[in-house]
Amino acid sequence: MNDLSLTVTILRFGFLILMWVMVFSVVAAMRRDLVIGRKAKVGAPTARQARKHPELVEEAPPAKVQARQLVVTEGPLAGTTLELSGTPILLGRAQEATLVLEDDYASGRHARLFPQGTRWFIEDLGSTNGTFLGGTQLTRALPVELGVPVRIGKTVIELRP
Amino acid sequence: MSQLATVPKPRRNIELLLLVLALIVGITANALVNLNLGKTFDNDFYTQCVVLTVLSLAVHISLRLRAKYADPVILPVVVALNGIGLAVIHRLDITSGDTAGQRQWLWTGLAVAAAVAVIWVVKDHRILRRYTYISLALSVILLLMPLVPGLSAGDVNGATVWIKLGPFTFQPGEIAKITLAIFFAGYLSSNRDLILLAGRKIGPLQLPRVKDLAPMIVAWLASVGVLVFQHDLGTSVLFFGLFMVMIYVATSRISWIFIGLVLIAVGGFAAYQIFPHVARRIDVWVHAFDPQYIGAAGGSYQVVQGLFGMANGGLIGTGFGQGSPQTVPLANSDMIIASIGEELGLVGLFAVVCLYALLVARGFRAALGTRDAFGKLLAVGLAFAVALQCFVIIGGVTRLIPLTGLTTPFLAAGGSSLLANWIIVALILKISDAARRPINVSADSPQTPHQEVQTP
Repeated sequence: MNDLSLTVTILRFGFLILMWVMVFSVVAAMRRDLVIGRKAKVGAPTARQARKHPELVEEAPPAKVQARQLVVTEGPLAGTTLELSGTPILLGRAQEATLVLEDDYASGRHARLFPQGTRWFIEDLGSTNGTFLGGTQLTRALPVELGVPVRIGKTVIELRP
Repeated sequence: MSQLATVPKPRRNIELLLLVLALIVGITANALVNLNLGKTFDNDFYTQCVVLTVLSLAVHISLRLRAKYADPVILPVVVALNGIGLAVIHRLDITSGDTAGQRQWLWTGLAVAAAVAVIWVVKDHRILRRYTYISLALSVILLLMPLVPGLSAGDVNGATVWIKLGPFTFQPGEIAKITLAIFFAGYLSSNRDLILLAGRKIGPLQLPRVKDLAPMIVAWLASVGVLVFQHDLGTSVLFFGLFMVMIYVATSRISWIFIGLVLIAVGGFAAYQIFPHVARRIDVWVHAFDPQYIGAAGGSYQVVQGLFGMANGGLIGTGFGQGSPQTVPLANSDMIIASIGEELGLVGLFAVVCLYALLVARGFRAALGTRDAFGKLLAVGLAFAVALQCFVIIGGVTRLIPLTGLTTPFLAAGGSSLLANWIIVALILKISDAARRPINVSADSPQTPHQEVQTP
């Protein structure tokens, strides 16, 4: 009887230890994610990281000249320019869009142009005909460099300094 | 909406290793229950061990094939929680003569099958964005189902949230939390700018236009409707919290949190005044140890018994089968946390809470890593739904907040909850796969291997 209760006690503690082993193993497995490791970076790499791993910096070359204007180069609205401020721009046929495209091939809320850091990004908002950045269709938000054409339906826009 | 980059590595072998550990936890728990309660290790036990192993491996292999870069720790954590839940339910069955354990095994199988199906069918989580408004309609239908005569299972423990499907009962509200999260994510990711920029500004608050908010108001009314017509405070709190967090994450405006808190305060006070079942919940919470409330029908007997049980367990618990958690009403569903607290003690309970915290943290991590706004919002919403459920039910059992009937994810006996939570896990795994999969980040070559599905 005494033997049995001893076994039960050992097993009782054993199970608690086992549960914590589980917890700590999981934490150990995600250690790589928690530590600000070699490549697990948040935003821009620090100067020290940049020195040690130059490949980190190359990924995002800082735009030297900032975009100030949005110009419509093709389509029904060709020639229209829009001053860029710090706020996101909604492109589409809907009346509430910042730039209302009178383009039959554009969706109501077609795409969104938004600033992040010194650069502008374009993101498709689930349009029917898609948004093309320099000839390739967008599947996620991508940075728009100066002078690169963005095609929405029959409209083409560009960022200018 | 920030973004994190990590080294892309599948890390499926680490998952397998942790999965083995998780299975050891689950199977040891079951074995200890049998051992301590003098049950023989019959065929049932061995079948269950094999079933649990096969089910976990099925998910693991699906991940290897369909979501190679998915987060490696989510599945083991969930399997461990599910295994512990099955053991505790089995332990309560032995002393109470119930058969909840059998049903729970059946539902675990079904839920894992559903999760595997989601991993196979949903090629890319962004497909779900196409179903934004269908999800809203589906949520409303699911929430209305328990009120339809003939389909409704009637009033169960004071709430009308169940439907009858042949021999089974089902809680459609559990599935509604997934469809609502999909709707919020889809809607907010495409209308974020409108909500942010259009509309009048009053003082420091930017008020969105009514027409931009109309679908949100439908969703909010649905959550209030749940409270009014189905008497389900917990689910109502869950929907409202989900709604608030997702709109906050989408717009990063702290004013939404203030507006939400004010609405909760006003709504809570109004509900306290208007609905007797809400008032009773709060009275029972404040005066839990008052003999008048312990004895009353729908009184604090349940909470107080749970607290006594946890006190009996103390720091390290009585050990499986050594306490008497079966004296608590609904010990295997609403009060399963009290059962764990009694038999595994504070140490064991904290391990369980840590597992939940890890699970939720991995959900948020997937949201940080993924590249599209829809995926970010969906992952945050789903992970937060799990977190809020844990908070509401564990807080309720420990008398931090009034006890409301939400289920403890993966632990509590209840098929609908298990099914919904496994589907949530499958979706988070898919999103984390998209987040961790390597792509060519440079802007010159946006043609990535990521383009199996075009954003609709």
